[in-house]
Amino acid sequence: MLAESLALSALLFTIGVVGVLTRRNAIIIFMCVELMLNAVNLSFVALSQLYGASGQVFVIFVMTVAAAEAAVGLAIIIAIFRHRQSVNLEDINLLKG
Amino acid sequence: MGNEFYPLFYSFHFYLFGLIAVASALLFVTRKSPVAAAMWLVNVMFCLAALYVLLDAQFIGAIQVLVYAGAIMVVFLFVVMLLNLGHPSEMSDIRGNAGRLTAGLVGLALLAEVMVLGRAEFPAQLTLAAAQASQRIDGPGGVIGPIAAPLFKQHLLAFELTSMLLLTAIVGAVVIGKKRTPDAR
Repeated sequence: MLAESLALSALLFTIGVVGVLTRRNAIIIFMCVELMLNAVNLSFVALSQLYGASGQVFVIFVMTVAAAEAAVGLAIIIAIFRHRQSVNLEDINLLKG
Repeated sequence: MGNEFYPLFYSFHFYLFGLIAVASALLFVTRKSPVAAAMWLVNVMFCLAALYVLLDAQFIGAIQVLVYAGAIMVVFLFVVMLLNLGHPSEMSDIRGNAGRLTAGLVGLALLAEVMVLGRAEFPAQLTLAAAQASQRIDGPGGVIGPIAAPLFKQHLLAFELTSMLLLTAIVGAVVIGKKRTPDAR
């Protein structure tokens, strides 16, 4: 089932990339990034069946980083919303020049 | 694949959960409401937990449900509802035709790359390591032992740094999210 798992992981990652590129809501873009992290986790787990349990250890690390990223990112989104009253990325163009 | 190593029960559930995961992911990126999108993403994560169990990673499956579906997505939903993003003026956030075209092209390019990589051979070093890998998941210590041993021996420094990362993230989140009053500094 290794090949199927890797194909599924690639498909989910691609869906996540397309979501990041098509949406403008910052929170949904964050969720797409979480989907991409999940896809990579799936390939880690699939390969750990073949190469030993270290892959599963790295899945735990990835989950920790995802949790930290979600906490900080959502705090940033709340701070932006407080200034601009919007989480639409088209409205946040301070650095566009 | 349908070979003799995997019984029909196993393959059927593997394809079933894989199909549900892909369908839920597609629904997730196309929903307009952030709450509906988050719910479909939770569905993807449950399906991935089931796939982890099928791939002999029962502990990761449990952690997936507890941490991802239980904690991270709840934080997302909490923020969506805190900011009150459900109302219709915020709904149509999907980009115009140019953005969709770019996304479609990038998606097709990624898929083509995956197809090409799928036909490639693994490098010789990797296949050698696979032949020598004897750490089977069902060793002594049950399901958790084979994960705990490398986590607390080989990767102990990374594990401790993880706690520092979480502490920094929590402090950073509180500092960034705090409401600044004019006389508070």
